[in-house]
Amino acid sequence: MSTHTVSESNLINEYAPKRSFLAFFQRWEWMLVGLILVDVFINMRLTPYFLDARNLSRTSSDFMEIGLMMLPMVFIIITGNIDLSVASNMGMSASFMGLLHNMGVNIWVAAGAALLLGTLGGMLNGYLVSKVKLPALVVTLGTYAFYRGLAYGFLGDQAARGYPEAFTYFGQGKVFQTLIPFSVALFLFLAVIFGLVLHRTTFGRYLFSIGNNENATNYSGIPVAKIKFIIYTLSGFMASLAGLILAARFGSTRPDNGTGLELAVITAAVLGGVDINGGKGSMLGAGLSLLLIGLMRFGMGLMNIQGQVQGIAIGMLLILSILIPSVVRSISATGKNINWRSAISALAFLLIFILFFVFFFWSRAAVIASV
Amino acid sequence: MTEYILELKNMTKRFSGVEVLHEVCFSLRPGEVHALLGENGAGKSTLVKVMTGVHQPDKGEIYLDGKFVSFADTRESRQMGIAAIYQELSLFPDLDVAENIFVGRQPLAAGGRIDWRKLYADAGNLLESLGVRLDLKQKARSLSIAQQQMVEIARAFSINARILIMDEPTSSLTLNEVADLFRLVRRLREEGTAIVFISHRLEELFELADRVTIMRDGSYVDTRLLKDVTRDDLIRLMVGRTITDLFPKQDVKSGEVVLKVENLARAGSFRDVSFELRQGEILGMAGLVGAGRTNVARAIFGVEPATAGKIQIAGREVAITSPQQAIKLGLAYVPEDRQLHGLIPAMPITSNISLPTLFKYAQRGWLQDKVERKATYDAALQMEVRANNIWQMARELSGGNQQKIVLAKWLSTKPRILILDEPTRGIDVGTKAAVHALMSKLASEGMAILMISSELPEILGMSDRVLVMREGHITAHFSRAEATQEKIISAATQAVTSGSV
Repeated sequence: MSTHTVSESNLINEYAPKRSFLAFFQRWEWMLVGLILVDVFINMRLTPYFLDARNLSRTSSDFMEIGLMMLPMVFIIITGNIDLSVASNMGMSASFMGLLHNMGVNIWVAAGAALLLGTLGGMLNGYLVSKVKLPALVVTLGTYAFYRGLAYGFLGDQAARGYPEAFTYFGQGKVFQTLIPFSVALFLFLAVIFGLVLHRTTFGRYLFSIGNNENATNYSGIPVAKIKFIIYTLSGFMASLAGLILAARFGSTRPDNGTGLELAVITAAVLGGVDINGGKGSMLGAGLSLLLIGLMRFGMGLMNIQGQVQGIAIGMLLILSILIPSVVRSISATGKNINWRSAISALAFLLIFILFFVFFFWSRAAVIASV
Repeated sequence: MTEYILELKNMTKRFSGVEVLHEVCFSLRPGEVHALLGENGAGKSTLVKVMTGVHQPDKGEIYLDGKFVSFADTRESRQMGIAAIYQELSLFPDLDVAENIFVGRQPLAAGGRIDWRKLYADAGNLLESLGVRLDLKQKARSLSIAQQQMVEIARAFSINARILIMDEPTSSLTLNEVADLFRLVRRLREEGTAIVFISHRLEELFELADRVTIMRDGSYVDTRLLKDVTRDDLIRLMVGRTITDLFPKQDVKSGEVVLKVENLARAGSFRDVSFELRQGEILGMAGLVGAGRTNVARAIFGVEPATAGKIQIAGREVAITSPQQAIKLGLAYVPEDRQLHGLIPAMPITSNISLPTLFKYAQRGWLQDKVERKATYDAALQMEVRANNIWQMARELSGGNQQKIVLAKWLSTKPRILILDEPTRGIDVGTKAAVHALMSKLASEGMAILMISSELPEILGMSDRVLVMREGHITAHFSRAEATQEKIISAATQAVTSGSV
């Protein structure tokens, strides 16, 4: 028999803390909290209307469709995949409901059918990605066009309108006589559920495992294909749910509803620290980043910055969100070998970002002064 | 002038506060093969990376031809004639041999076009001078590992490398390929190239190397002439303790047949594979790399299901089409490639160990953190895993400790049949002995073990019976008493049929 011994000092310690004190504060979520505070501060200085409860309430419901689609998107991105078809699926489901409504079908039956169609759309993605093993990017790029096409097929150039009030409650109503919109309450409730599933269940752990090493996860007897199928199906369901909420909020449906929102959804997830290569991320981070984007867009809106121009700030922030951690990592990993290329780009982006705001500050101040 | 072409003095390197090299000294003469020996985690790879400028030392000096130098990156070290060939080869799969040799430095004709004629002529001359025969227009993707290594060596010499560092170049080569490689290395040595050679196979060092530097736990131990040391000396220096028996297989009376495979086949990889595996038995599976042994294991485990044939487990015929099913039937498979199939390198030790049994630590799907932590900690402790704590990422551990984690993970599924694919490849001597002792213990407790190994001493020492595969089918079957190195090699390399199963 072997006679070797193991030096005691190297045996592992069960009671070591999971994360060091320092690591806790290095979490990306703190960065987001900081940015949110800065943004709230700036917005408050800029306009007295910012903290108006009605304003906040109305704006927050604008972001709930993005939020609802973001929840399953976080799952999908964590497994290292992507779903580009969500916004098209949303448009398709909402249009299908509009079509049925125009044909005189009961609104609840129509809504149920739309949810079913959206779920089927998710299942088709899931089937092609997990069973046929086609690349997710291509599959969902295809269904992105396909589902949007179906939306136009259902409604043509028409809009469907005239939904009953009982239905529009889901987009316009408030819960319990408060100012909290129903859609916000629904999102918060689902976000907690999705967060718990991601971080506290075996299913969530499997998502991280797949994203970090799909092969080894498969070798460990985890039903990888089934899990992928489930999350794409879930994504389809949530996209159609978002479609219904949007229809209820507008009180009408057009086939181009939600065009381009898939990018906002992915932006929110990635800015929230979900690694686009899979394997890393948290639901809290994604939620915070949605809040940050919402507050920034709201604040910029109050500053009369057009929605399209707001993209400058959001885009910069997204690139910064992946640049800064890479610079920090290169500094802490090597001690002195800073990756100059990323450090310089980070600085450049930061500068543009600041200049952008200084410019609008200044222009707005000029407007106020002139009035 | 000094007699050394390269000299490292008092190299110290820390990673996030942890010292991985401590005052290490190393010297290299022109025209010598200098082996670097140590267990995994001893600091060999880090030392090599300091020599090539991948890492910069925190303390210590590097002298090249007696002159003080420092390398900011690998480009600088390459310019000074230091080339390294790592375990993970770095050729461009869609470029051909000649393009790979001169990639980034293609000879240019007028107008900045690539001078293809000169490129192929230069590549041909270079390969000829190295005595390597390769088709210049073959794509790297279709080359064997051995041929890819030759291309990397040629690439190193196309930039006039005077120092060639080879990190475990033989770990995935067949015997003939190793012989070819050694012939080339000897030739380079005669021409005055200094070679740093890392290998875990002691036999190879005695065959090839002139001097050996031994490292342990990040520190320099000793440098010796190989003709003055014995195998036992090296092991003692390397592990700092004596390992009396590398292959401690105890005799166990075999029990009932638990796994029976009949005429198993998978189109394109193996055919007509039949054998029986009994309780308490270790069945060795020998053969060359690519003989189809791993494919058989994957078929039994359901990763790449068989297309024909029968599998019986404990007398019952089963069709295994997924690893889940295999695990339910009491099978466990420790794969050949730890990084790719065995582990999730970017996840903590605890999550790695609990992955196949995670449902056990959950109530209605909700994870019970404390139960999981306790169970995985116990499993890691039992395997004597060395790590800071169970939250440490698997990728931060040495190969030996990673293998212990893979073993802990699979043993926690309480398998009846354990398939081990190259269980000790690339792990240090100490861990190797521990793995062998564990296998022996498991067998004595009634586990049936199928062991795929390319190391003949391991096959001969551990197996109760030996199967040999060649080109996708079983060519021989020996009892422990019958099996010899010569018989196995001949069955693995040419068509020999002895008493088939």
